[in-house]
Amino acid sequence: MNEGRREILQIVFVLTGLIFLIKLFFIQVLDNKYAELADSNAILRQVEYPFRGLITDRNGKLIVYNTPEYDLMVIYKDVKDFDTTRFCNVFGVEREEVRKKFKRLQDMKRRKDKDFSPVKPMLFIDQLSNEDFAKAQDHLDEFPGFYIEARTTRAYTTHGMANALGYVSEISKGQLENDKSGIYKQGDYIGQSGIEAFYEEQLRGKRGIRFKLRNVKGIEKGSFKAGEYDTLSIPGQDLVTGIDLDLQMYGEMLMKGKAGSIAAIEPSTGEVLALVSGPSYDPTLLTGKNYSSNFQLISTDTMKPLFNRPLMAQYRPGSIFKIAQAMTALQEGVITPDTRIRCDRSVINCHGAHTNEDLRGAITNSCNPYFHNVLRRMLNKGVTNDPFSDTRVGLAEWNKHINSFGFGQPLGIDLPNEKGGLIPTPEYYDRAYRNRPWKFSNIYSIAIGEGENLVVPLQMANFAATVANRGFYYTPHIVKAIGKDKKPLPQYSVRHYTTIDSTYFKVAVDAMQNVVEAGTGQYRAKLADIIVCGKTGSVQNEPRPDHSVFIAFAPRDNPKIAVAVYVEFSGQGARAAASIASLMIEKYLFGKTKRPYVEDYVLAGKFLD
Amino acid sequence: MRRDDDISGKLDWATILLYLALVLLGWLNIYAAIYDESARQSIFDLSLSSGRQLMFMAAAAIIVMAIVIIDMRFYETFAYVFYGLILFMLILVPIIGKEVGGNKAWIGIGSFGVQPSEFAKFITALAVAKYIGSVGFRMDNLRNQVVLFALIGLPMVLIQLQKDTGTALVFTSFVLMFYREGMSPFLLIVGICAAFIFIITLLVPNPLYLHVAIGIILIIAILMGKKKFKRIALLTLGALIIVGVIESVDYVVKDVLKPHQRNRIMVLVDPDIDPLGTGWNVTQSKIAIGSGSFAGKGFLKGTQTKFDFVPKQSTDFIFCTIGEEFGWLGSLVVIGLFVALLLRVTFIAERQKNRFARAYGYSVACILFFHFAINIAMTIGLFPVVGIPLPFFSYGGSSLWGFTILLFILLKLDAHRGQVLQRI
Repeated sequence: MNEGRREILQIVFVLTGLIFLIKLFFIQVLDNKYAELADSNAILRQVEYPFRGLITDRNGKLIVYNTPEYDLMVIYKDVKDFDTTRFCNVFGVEREEVRKKFKRLQDMKRRKDKDFSPVKPMLFIDQLSNEDFAKAQDHLDEFPGFYIEARTTRAYTTHGMANALGYVSEISKGQLENDKSGIYKQGDYIGQSGIEAFYEEQLRGKRGIRFKLRNVKGIEKGSFKAGEYDTLSIPGQDLVTGIDLDLQMYGEMLMKGKAGSIAAIEPSTGEVLALVSGPSYDPTLLTGKNYSSNFQLISTDTMKPLFNRPLMAQYRPGSIFKIAQAMTALQEGVITPDTRIRCDRSVINCHGAHTNEDLRGAITNSCNPYFHNVLRRMLNKGVTNDPFSDTRVGLAEWNKHINSFGFGQPLGIDLPNEKGGLIPTPEYYDRAYRNRPWKFSNIYSIAIGEGENLVVPLQMANFAATVANRGFYYTPHIVKAIGKDKKPLPQYSVRHYTTIDSTYFKVAVDAMQNVVEAGTGQYRAKLADIIVCGKTGSVQNEPRPDHSVFIAFAPRDNPKIAVAVYVEFSGQGARAAASIASLMIEKYLFGKTKRPYVEDYVLAGKFLD
Repeated sequence: MRRDDDISGKLDWATILLYLALVLLGWLNIYAAIYDESARQSIFDLSLSSGRQLMFMAAAAIIVMAIVIIDMRFYETFAYVFYGLILFMLILVPIIGKEVGGNKAWIGIGSFGVQPSEFAKFITALAVAKYIGSVGFRMDNLRNQVVLFALIGLPMVLIQLQKDTGTALVFTSFVLMFYREGMSPFLLIVGICAAFIFIITLLVPNPLYLHVAIGIILIIAILMGKKKFKRIALLTLGALIIVGVIESVDYVVKDVLKPHQRNRIMVLVDPDIDPLGTGWNVTQSKIAIGSGSFAGKGFLKGTQTKFDFVPKQSTDFIFCTIGEEFGWLGSLVVIGLFVALLLRVTFIAERQKNRFARAYGYSVACILFFHFAINIAMTIGLFPVVGIPLPFFSYGGSSLWGFTILLFILLKLDAHRGQVLQRI
């Protein structure tokens, strides 16, 4: 049955050997190509680093660009004896330093350091100055084994906007391990935060590779196969941001010495006009030679300048939240704009002299009992007789409406590490109360933006933009145009509608206009030539001073800018935040302020006196 | 039963000479691969691969003595126990193993590491041979076949879990032995056909062209022959199966394989597809071998295998050094030695008096053949780059010991072939 199978196997063995020998005869004896390639001793693979994309502001002003940097590299085994004095002269280094560097290499060799290789280029002197480079170029041939590698580093035209821009630095070990693209190698640079990280893919460009032939002595002998396999490096795509650099810098000046944020958005597009985080740092510190020491300083600063407040600081929103409450209540039909509620200060405190306001009046005066009552009407509609389950149903509906303004989850701005805040759900309270029952009287402080509510300043600005648009928003984004397409990422061209009918927004707009003209914001937020709509907020921090909050947009019709300002521990919203917001609006719409006294007031920073 | 005192006299010295020649040549080549003229290091320097390989060789000699001393019945008796132990170790590797070169295939003992997968080969060979040699075993029995495939499948899957595709593939070589032991050649033919279709699918950019071609061939085939229903149905069924295979290959290549694996295969079909990335290793390897010309550059005179131009020059790509420094003549000698060893092992297997020993002998031949064929094919660009060593040549203790044990158990069995009851 198995006759001949032994022979078949033996034939297979012999045949395989024969096939190998024939194939080897072809490549070893008949084809001279390989011998020639080997005679030139190697194909040298040179990587050409692309230029990283440039970043400009909305008016075409350059913000981030590249500047060349020259490193002197050494290939250990190719180094021949050379004149040290001359070497020091050419490269502008001290004798002692050269000696030290060689000693270090020899030590590494002796220790069999895994970073040491006699045949691979290693860094000898990093970041030669431009003059040294120019001088060295002509004398490089006198020092075999040394060559200059050019790469570029980031440079900035501004000392601001650090947290939005982010920075670029050498890829870390962890990043290298997690990198699935296989693009990066040790020593490569990568965007670490801000736009630089978020748009890494667009900014980095594509590396070029050149194949050079080398002879035995390591001298280049032209390109491999006449450059057939060479690829040119493709520069990264340029990014146009929606940032108005003048406005941004003005905002940073106003925030000097304060902790907090400014977020300004163009309502009709969702483009971020300014994004200020205070305190901040100077982005030029995190580039070039002193990166490591500066990073150490900045990252250990107790004021946390790397913490990007507009996106990451989660605060209770305070009274600005009453606008969202009003919209939700109107939509749910539990009040009309004309509903009057007595300002009963027995349950919840209030301020100012008012007794029985309608909705507009309640917003203008920021009446706490009014909104306490309104929330009760929303949460306890009497769907069931049980006050506990009734509140559950009401809260779930309320949550849905509030979330439609972009609260409760990260908006999805094109920057890393955005936080989403918190808008409580029934499940949230179940967990908080460990499944003990809860009802309206336990949770009523969410009515006035206190309690469990948390939002980030960007969400507040987006909320102002939503009211400005009368019911919809575009996800806020920094970059408005990428590369040659000049389009933002697709998700930023989608309108998000709230669950509120747009007719109800008229009430909010009227009331916010009233806040600025006759209410809490009248002293510092009002502008002469234009109707500003706004709302103040003072978020309690017993025993420390309140956080000062203001959201606004202007002009009332066809709004050009929506802004949210949050200044930590600075008292009433009508003071610090309202002043800064109105100055930002004025600066953006008119180029400068006509109210130097407000500017002086902000810069002086004495908001609690 | 009589104890045989003069074992060495009965060991097959032809095989031992071939083995020694291969190991010694391998050692010299490992030294050549890492030789650095300026460093003036001795071949015995323990900081070099060659020095350590010499230690591995000394250990291999001790292992050989142990194998010769141990009673020959030991291997068959404990085959299943070993098999269970090695499975256990393979399961353990991903848990307690250490990572070397991206593969987690090593178990560390102090500063030393061993690769259980290297030992899984001879142990599986023993287990499979014992099963085939067991009373009542029939190759045409479906149940027996299932058990056989399970025996080789289990270690294969466990090794693949360590992402060591090369070593996992080695276990497919047992199919050749099954064929020798009486399995229908159908499986082999199907396998070869599948490989053929696989390559065609890669060559043709759009599988649609293939489907159209198969459709035309089917129609011609139907029209040319007798128009009987059964014949037409069978032809159509066959065509449909081929279409299915093409589609699944297309799917696997495009959607299942990782990009680097896909590239390794595509490079075979078209080496220019990615001369910078995946093609790089093979290009460099071919340059090294090709530059050796007819007689080679001479021992230690190679330039390509040093200086990192060829990757893994002392392990998986050791053949480059032979090709470069000893040229075509050197290749002829090495390939000749391997073919001679394979034929000798086949000869030894055939003269065994029981089925266990014969099946084991053929397992040895098939495993060695698979390594030899795939490793050299890979270095000269005839097969995708899968990391498996060239037996006896490549640097590494586990690999050398694994192959040594594999071969010398056969020699031990062969030395006692006269003592066993005939049950063939």
